[in-house]
Parts: sequence; C-alpha cells; structure tokens
Amino acid sequence: MKSVVKQEVLALNGDEAVAYAAKQSDVDVVAAYPITPQTIMVERFSEYVANGEVETQFICTESEHSALTACLAASVTGARAFTASASAGLALMHEMLFVTSGCRAPVVMAIANRALSAPLNIHGDHSDTMAQRDSGWIQIYVENAQEAYDSVIQAFRITENPEVMLPAIVGLDGFTLSHTLENVRVLPDDAVKKFVGTRQFTTVLNHEGKPVPFRLDPENPTTMGPIALPNYYFEFKRQQEEAMKNALKVISEVNDEYASISGRKYGDGLIDPYHIEDAEIAIVCLGSTAGTVKSVVDELRAEGVKAGLLRLRTFRPFPVKGIVKTLENVKAVAVMDRSMSFGANGGPVFQEVRHALYDSSHSPYIVNYIYGLGGRDTNMTQIRGIYNELQQTLKKGRVENLVNYVGLRE
Amino acid sequence: MFSEWKFTAKDIAEKPDLFMSGHRACAGCGPATVLRLIMKAVRGPTIVTNATGCMEVISSIYPYTSWALPWLHTAFENAAANASGIDAAIKILKKKGRIKYEHVDVIALAGDGGTYDIGIQALSGAVERGHDFLFVLYDNEAYMNTGIQRSGGTPLGASTTTSPAGAVLPGKLERKKPIADIMVAHEMPYVATASPYYWRDLITKVRRGLEVNGPAFLHVFAPCPRGWRSDQAKSIELSRLAVETCMFPLWEAVNGEYQLSTPSKVLALTPEKKKPVREYLQMQGRFRHLFTPKYEKVLEEIQRITDERWQKLLKKCGTTQPAAKAT
Repeated sequence: MKSVVKQEVLALNGDEAVAYAAKQSDVDVVAAYPITPQTIMVERFSEYVANGEVETQFICTESEHSALTACLAASVTGARAFTASASAGLALMHEMLFVTSGCRAPVVMAIANRALSAPLNIHGDHSDTMAQRDSGWIQIYVENAQEAYDSVIQAFRITENPEVMLPAIVGLDGFTLSHTLENVRVLPDDAVKKFVGTRQFTTVLNHEGKPVPFRLDPENPTTMGPIALPNYYFEFKRQQEEAMKNALKVISEVNDEYASISGRKYGDGLIDPYHIEDAEIAIVCLGSTAGTVKSVVDELRAEGVKAGLLRLRTFRPFPVKGIVKTLENVKAVAVMDRSMSFGANGGPVFQEVRHALYDSSHSPYIVNYIYGLGGRDTNMTQIRGIYNELQQTLKKGRVENLVNYVGLRE
Repeated sequence: MFSEWKFTAKDIAEKPDLFMSGHRACAGCGPATVLRLIMKAVRGPTIVTNATGCMEVISSIYPYTSWALPWLHTAFENAAANASGIDAAIKILKKKGRIKYEHVDVIALAGDGGTYDIGIQALSGAVERGHDFLFVLYDNEAYMNTGIQRSGGTPLGASTTTSPAGAVLPGKLERKKPIADIMVAHEMPYVATASPYYWRDLITKVRRGLEVNGPAFLHVFAPCPRGWRSDQAKSIELSRLAVETCMFPLWEAVNGEYQLSTPSKVLALTPEKKKPVREYLQMQGRFRHLFTPKYEKVLEEIQRITDERWQKLLKKCGTTQPAAKAT
C-alpha cells in the first residue's frame, strides 16, 4: 500500500506519538491529570500549548474525575475534546465513563495501560481498561507507537460519526509502548486536519419538538443529561448498543480511508490476523504482545509448524463475526489475557472469544493464558511454550488446564 | 466595577421565566423559588449546569424540562468541572470562529451536598484555575433528594435521618462548615451570600457574579419544608428570620474585601433588631428536641456560635457593633 502524502519519520515513544496525533487533530479542549505512565502525553501537550503550536484550551484539572467531566462538558458544548489517563486515574473516572457514553459525547481518551492497586504497581497490564469494558466506550488496543499515533487520529473520525457518537479509548501498553522510542511515520499537519475535519452536529428534536443541533447552544436550548425514569431509561441504553454495532462498520471504513492516505492499515480495523489462513494452532491477544507473538510465529513457520496469530485491535465493539470467520479452520486456540476477572473461570478476552465461538459450527480446543500482570515480561520462549502446549492438546485430544498462568511462581 | 443595573419588581415579574413552571418541586420549595429568581438576572447567552440533586431531578424528567436555557447535568460532585469544560469550549470555539456569541455566561448550580461535601474538590479546582463562571450553592442544609441526610452544611443540633435526635444524641453534633469563607480564601473575585426573602439583593448578586471576570460564588439560603419539618407557607419567612437572627448573615466579598449587605448592615447598626435564634429554630421540626430540658444546652450553644460568628464577620467587614441592649 502506498502513501499519497510525504511522511516524516520521527523518533517518538508511544506517549509522544499520542500527543503528536492530538496536536495535529485540531482538538479544541484537552483536560487531563498526570499519572504514570501517561504523563509524557500531558507534558508534551503542555509544551505545544506553551509554544503556541496548538489552538487548544488546556485544562490541568485537579483530578481525573474532573478531567473527564470537563471533556464531556466541552464536547457537548461543541468542542472536540481529548484526555489521557491510566490505571487509578481511569478507575477514578469510572462514574464519568458511563455518563460520557450515555450523553453520547465523542470524547477521545488515550490510556497508557497499567496495573491496578493493590499492591501498588505502575507497570503495564490491561486491568484498567478491562475493568471498564461495560462502560459504553469503544476500545482500541494498539501494537506499537505507530499504531498509537494512527489510532488517535482515526478515533476522532470514529467517535464523531453521526451513526456512532460514542467515546473511544485508545489503549497502549504502559512502558512497553508508552516509554519506548520507535520510528513513527507522521502525516503532514494539513493532511491530518483534513482527515479529521471539523465537528459536525446531528440534529435532534428538543423539548419543544424543534430540530436543533445536538449541543449546548443558547439560541437552541436543549436539556442534556436529564433524569429518565423506568419509562424511558431502557431505550437510551438500547440506542447505545445500536451505536456500538454501527461502530463496527465505521471503524473498518475509517481504517480503509486512513490507509488510502497513509499507506497503513490494521487488518480490517477490528481484527489483525497474521498467518491465520492455514493455521492449525493460533494465539489470540491484544496490544504489544502481538509483536512478540509474530516473531514466534515466524520461527515456527520456518520449522514447518502451522502457527498463526489473531490480534484483536478492537475489543469494544467486540468483532464476533471476524473472530468466528478467522478461526474457522484453527484446531486449537490459546487466548492471552493481560488482566484477571477474579472468580470468572478465565480472563475477559478468553470469556468473550469462547462465547463468540459457541454458536460457530466449528468448535476448536480453546484455552486461556493469563500473563504479564503488573508489567511482568513475557518472552518468546514463553510464547513458544504456549504453542507447544496447543500442539500437545491436539495430540492428546483434550484440554489439560482451561486457565493457565505464564511465568508465574506457584 | 459592577454595572448600574436598576430594576423594578414589575421588570422582574414581566421578564419571561427561564426556569419555567411545571416542574415537580414540593409546595413551598425554597430552592425552586431561588432558581426562578436567579434566572431573572440572566443578561444574555447563558449555559446552565446542574449537579445531581433535587433541582436537577424536579426540572428535567425526560421528556419534559423546565429549562428555557441550554442545560447540562452529568453527575453529583462535578458541577464546577462541567463549568470548566463549558467555559473552555466557549473560549476556544469563539477564537476559532465556530460560535457566533461574543460572550456566554456559565452558571453552575449545586445543593449543599454537591458543594460542601462531594463537590468541594471540583469547585476548589475550578476556582483555582480561574474559570469564568458563577457557582450558585442553594443550601437547604441536608441531602434532601435522598431523604434528609446530614451534610457539611447541616447546622448543629438539626435532626436528620443520619443525625437523628435520640435518647443520647441531640441531632447533628457538628457545626455548619463556613463554606463561603472557604471560597473567599481562594482569593476569588466575588463571593456573596443571599436569601430569597431579600429578592432584590439576591438578583443583584447573581448579576454581579455574572459580571465579574473569573469565578464567582453565591451562597443562597433555601428552606426545605419537607426536610426542615416546617410549614410550606413559611419558607420565605424563614428566609427572613435566618438573616434577622444572624444565623445566615448577608454579605459580599469583592476581591476578598468583606462588606455587609443592607439587611445585615441594619442589624449591625441597630443590634436590638437582631432576633434570638430560638425564634427561627422553633418554627422547624428538625430542631423540636432542642426545646426540651434534655437538650436546651444545645440551643444555648447555637446562640453562642451564631453570636461568635457574627462578631467575626463584623470584624472582617470592619464594622464595630454598638453595645447591644439587653435582649
């Protein structure tokens, strides 16, 4: 795939790539609070503000709860709003995550994925965003800094689409991506500005039955964030589900359109398979781990082992169709979870992949590997071990342990 | 510093209501009266944001609304953070030519729970950052929306459902937090207190709060007949008595300079007009137990605290009170 615009190569870590994308996306309001490992995003953006490189109101709030609140309020006032957080910060936003999606505010938030306390741990895992999986936000997990940059730009187009109007999280693995320098190809400012465009407002009927833009506008008063009793609340929630379904299509379309400019494409935007067509054994995972898995797949392929990888780029909405289709010929699947769902008989990704396959005519062996909590390294040898165990499962014709832990002392 | 806005009762009566009728507030609701008066002071394009609470609930039951203004509710503890976001959005959208308004006023409304307690962090942060908005605290002195639970704004001795007067406890054991003084300590441009009985004073202060460049805080006394166990017809009378007993003095602090507002200044100059707190307390069921021998000491303590706070206020206002005649 070719890029139609000239792109510069910058040495950026994941956080810087996110800040650079936000800088180019004509963001009106950024409200944020610092937390490791997201801090670099906020610091870089503050520098852009201090140097007059952005036309953005930057609010350094006194908490993450207020950061997301301010973004939500700015968004419904008509601004394009962006924030970033991690771990405890995202947990403190919990209440407002639901309010933001419920108010249908297209806020974009980058998360440098980090473990949750206790014990306190600042390193990478997916506990923070997985704990928010039912909050009504789109969730995109990226593999590298390049994808972090590309996904933040894409997120504005996805969230602001009138058929979607839902907020989105772009998650990048704490430290592994947030603090690791990579070569990142960046689009020219004007190309990004043109791609994201300016916010358009859908028309809604206000309380007087008058068509008005969906925003707080003194000339066209609307009541936003009302109380809805049992006679109306349910319909609001059903509409959010419909918007999530629409997002499946929009994420793919935006992925294609972005590819036509940048030359970069992430699968169909929802799933990003690697050597899966003829694979007998496969790993399903999210985020930067996919890079390590790819290297192992290459080695195994060279040895004649039919190994494959299915990286889920989008966890919300969950791409059921793509998963079922992609895994239809795979005989044994290992789902990797970088978070725990205590007492649930497997991690969240495992639960959902397994659930997706239930109605499939094809029923592969499927096992769960929980790994990398609190930033614990997961290396190629361990990944190779997972593929080996999948082969053993096929030989034995049964699953030994449904839920397994990678690199854990027991 | 402030405009010379003159208005008559007729002007106010004729001005269309921006907080409209048809809402679900109780009979005699102080906060609803306060809101109606506040909206009479609106001077141009305005956006209102409301913390969770009685006023949010009674005014926005979908698909109905009492708001003829753009209005936003998001949660309980964050009215000031909502205002921050709205203020920032307005500023940048104006700069980028994406809205046509030269200026938009932002009003944040919250009850005592959403201000004294759960909302104080967002409020303090927004004021420290200097956002241009008016924060109005309508203080009915407890969590009324959830059924009369005590807050940091509940006065000493008040019986609430979480500080009930019982065999060994005389209602709330702690004093009312001096929230408006806490806001003055933020070195913000405008802080004032108001009471709906003095409606002209209230409306003027709202307008001043809108006129200042930067954050303004208005603490409005707002009786709740349901929670105070008071006569629905007496809410406005209670609003007067709270001022006349000096339990809720009226003042302004412009750039940190305290000055008494007329109704309280009159009491400073003619102390014999200052009424004993029992006149105010005895009209409310929440203080009924204080009029029994068992808890009469608490009644005395309330009088003592009220006098002590009044003297402190006079000092801050640079007013020395003539020696009071025996009451």
